[in-house]
Amino acid sequence: MVEIKNTGEHVTADIKGDIDHHNAANIRSEIDAVLENSTPRVLILDFAGVKFMDSSGIGLILGRKRVLDGFGGKLFIKNAVGHAEKIIKMAGLSGLILK
Amino acid sequence: MKSKTKSIIKNQFRLVIPSRSQNEAFARVAVSAFASQLDPTIEEINDIKAAVSEAVTNCVVHAYPGDTVGQIEIIARIMSDYRADNLPDNVFYIRIRDKGCGIADIEQAKTPLFTTCAEGERAGLGFAVMESFMDKLKVSSKIGGGTTIIMSKRLVTKQSV
Repeated sequence: MVEIKNTGEHVTADIKGDIDHHNAANIRSEIDAVLENSTPRVLILDFAGVKFMDSSGIGLILGRKRVLDGFGGKLFIKNAVGHAEKIIKMAGLSGLILK
Repeated sequence: MKSKTKSIIKNQFRLVIPSRSQNEAFARVAVSAFASQLDPTIEEINDIKAAVSEAVTNCVVHAYPGDTVGQIEIIARIMSDYRADNLPDNVFYIRIRDKGCGIADIEQAKTPLFTTCAEGERAGLGFAVMESFMDKLKVSSKIGGGTTIIMSKRLVTKQSV
């Protein structure tokens, strides 16, 4: 599940629940639906509500980053703690985490 | 001199599920619920959950591709490893087996970021997660005959089961 706030320049996607292969497809299409109609300067993926994540979450991050790169936007990750943070760091994506 | 280790199975369960993506969550929750008998830390439980999720997802995505649905067999064991000079260690053992298409090149499949499924946004990190979150990982596979993954993790528990 994902809740999206769109101010035009900034889009924040609050991801909730589990990010696995089964759920990632829905989260992806909900975010991409917004990115089809607007080209935000910044997309923030907020992981505060994420209960579980495996490498499908990395696919989700990299896929959205590719979309943003296409029109010069930036992607950042917020509130990734515990295991989600461990997997993000393992994948070498620490540089996307908002301090 | 290295002392010999004797392993004893203390408890085990076997689960057979169809390779539907809805079962990825069921499999990891079932295995982690079983592991909770060992009173593991939250980090250990999350490591096990992620490793099982990756292995089962590989079966769903790769072993039985497209609309093919096949069986995934999961065996989880709570083991006690006895060494002559020590108290027993609790080891959590997981075997995940499919009868799917098999892996042509296991070393290539284990290489981080390698994937045969780029359009599905697979990160190619499944085996890397299993390898880094569990202590041991063994993969055996036969083209057309399926794949077996064996993983184990020594758990730092408060007491022996």
